[in-house]
Amino acid sequence: MSLTTAHSVIEPTRTSKRIAGAIVVAYALISMVPLFWIFATSFKTPPDSISYPPKVIFQPSLEGYCNLFTTRTRQTREYVDALGPATTLCDEITRRRNMVIAGPSNYWPRFINSLVIAFGSTFLAVSLGTLAAYGFSRFKVPLADDLLFFILSTRMMPPIAVAIPIYLMYRELGLSDSALGMILLYTAVNVSLAVWLLKGFIDEIPREYEEAAMIDGYTRLRAFWKVVLPQATTGIAATAIFCLIFAWNEYAFAVILTSGSAQTSPPFIPTIIGEGGLDWPAVASGTTIFLVPILVFTILLRKQLLRGITFGAVRK
Amino acid sequence: MAEVMLRGVAKSFGQTRAIEGLDLTIADGEFVVLLGPTGAGKTTTLRLVAGLERPDAGRVLIGGEDVTLAPPSARDVTFVFQQYSLYPHLSVYENLAFPLRSPARRMGKDEIKRRVEATAKLVRIDHKLESRATRLSGGEMQRVAIGRALVRQPAIYLMDEPLSSLDAKLRAEMRLELKRIQQELGATLLYVTHDQIEAMTMADRIGILKDGELIQIGTPRKIYTEPRNTHVATRLGQPAINLLPQGLLPDAGLPAGTKTVGARTEHLRIEKSANGQADGVVDWIEHLGDQNHLHVKLGDRKLITLSPPDTPLAPGDKVMIRYNNPLCFDADGNWLGGRAQ
Ligand SMILES: Nc1ncnc2c1ncn2[C@@H]1O[C@H](COP(=O)(O)OP(=O)(O)OP(=O)(O)O)[C@@H](O)[C@H]1O
Ligand SMILES: [Mg+2]
Repeated sequence: MSLTTAHSVIEPTRTSKRIAGAIVVAYALISMVPLFWIFATSFKTPPDSISYPPKVIFQPSLEGYCNLFTTRTRQTREYVDALGPATTLCDEITRRRNMVIAGPSNYWPRFINSLVIAFGSTFLAVSLGTLAAYGFSRFKVPLADDLLFFILSTRMMPPIAVAIPIYLMYRELGLSDSALGMILLYTAVNVSLAVWLLKGFIDEIPREYEEAAMIDGYTRLRAFWKVVLPQATTGIAATAIFCLIFAWNEYAFAVILTSGSAQTSPPFIPTIIGEGGLDWPAVASGTTIFLVPILVFTILLRKQLLRGITFGAVRK
Repeated sequence: MAEVMLRGVAKSFGQTRAIEGLDLTIADGEFVVLLGPTGAGKTTTLRLVAGLERPDAGRVLIGGEDVTLAPPSARDVTFVFQQYSLYPHLSVYENLAFPLRSPARRMGKDEIKRRVEATAKLVRIDHKLESRATRLSGGEMQRVAIGRALVRQPAIYLMDEPLSSLDAKLRAEMRLELKRIQQELGATLLYVTHDQIEAMTMADRIGILKDGELIQIGTPRKIYTEPRNTHVATRLGQPAINLLPQGLLPDAGLPAGTKTVGARTEHLRIEKSANGQADGVVDWIEHLGDQNHLHVKLGDRKLITLSPPDTPLAPGDKVMIRYNNPLCFDADGNWLGGRAQ
């Protein structure tokens, strides 16, 4: 037996580590190609973005971002030349195309709608989910298993199947195209996921901690707050990210239930139309900016997430 | 400190009867140890006193007040759990201060600091006050857990095998320490263990629990010398008492009705047989250093007793064995009270 083959049975061998590493890297590359392409397209000019064969190397331009944030009108060359000197970079880029900026676009208002609705519903879903999960975990709830299954079953239908009835209900209730309506809807959808995930995490926290706190003179609610919550942070963070990602990316409900003041980014971005078809650089810049909040949130919580996503299998 | 009484307390979990008709009074300032095998209902008894379980029947009184329906926070008890004793997200200091910060007490900052530091000294953990609870060794955690109970003066301290995760040396130290602290504070203490040495050395009274029933309660001496039945007799004494059928050894003079003879080391006289007559054969000698365990074969039975380290006996030796005031039990295993001769 050669010495190089001797290895511990629980430590992976070097070869298997290398293979695993290669697979992970390959997977990461493949899944990042579309993201990279969106990012690159956001810095192309409209002609570059639709040129064939596709351009990998190109002269970067901010035209996509300018078009994303503004609305423009076409003018004659003479009119444009007669204007005073361009005041901003976007002015200049726009004028080169014989256009002038007419005003801001709806991108920021839609983006802010997305922020309010996604974070609002995530906060509600996680708060309600934590309390419900604690109840299911610690108390004898009559028909607990059936209730839990019912809660989960609300997730089994595709959103589009219930979108029309909800649309009609919302119209009656005056909730259509309102941020409140969307927050309630996303909360309702996410709370099932939150209850299930969080119940798993809270089951893992021994009851003795709360019992000790109650003996130490705390009420159950205070014990929950002081002892259970701090230990459930990992699970809460992981759950919050899942809920946020859903609410942030949700398209089907948004496209049906919002059209104006409460419209979120996902239905808005594809409607950014330039002259003679879709303005791909503007759509790509809108998408790039749209990715930032999730990215930041995930990076901020990555430690909790790493531990949380293994669902308690890897414990510290 | 206060007197604690359980009156006819019963508790079942589904089909399992954890506690049945338990009557127990712990006097003010008394150290009572409940001794029993796993599943006997020791933890359940403590939880009933603490209010973490509601009894199905019976009453719990603390200081003369009926607290059967009171929540744990209203009972003024402390509890050292069998495991998971510390809040993992807090430092040692915060763990010790936690009970003092409760809404029920709301103690001032300086008073908390004073008490925490005094308690930390008492359980010898004052050098680790700033450590995270999860960074401690098992023994240190256990000491903090005991400290968290001692940091306030409740009506009764409840302790569930608090020393079980310690090594033998530390356990021996903590045993003495705990007894000393209890006497200093004049504390009422209900302590649960399956370790007979802890029970013998610390208890004012030992309660023997089996299958949810309190079989006997009394001073360690009394439980040891006058066990109510064979079960109680086997709980105490190292090596365990030898239960031999009547008639196996010459036993003239034992009380009428004796079916089982219980013989500990002090109840046996063993000598090397001189005239070829023999009751048994030395099978094997376990050397423990300060003493030996002598295994003697009596036909198809076996008897284990202590012998001095310089015993003249060797495996294969034939021996004569005589009873010396053994414990006698009837056909149901109940102690017959009287002694031989
Ligand atoms: N929450 C519970 N649900 C169901 N059964 C329980 C529960 N708590 C205790 N029991 C049962 O009650 C009986 C007594 O349990 P208890 O925990 O009091 O034993 P114990 O004497 O403390 O044992 P150990 O020495 O192993 O800690 C056991 O049969 C146990 O299975
Ligand atoms: Mg127990």
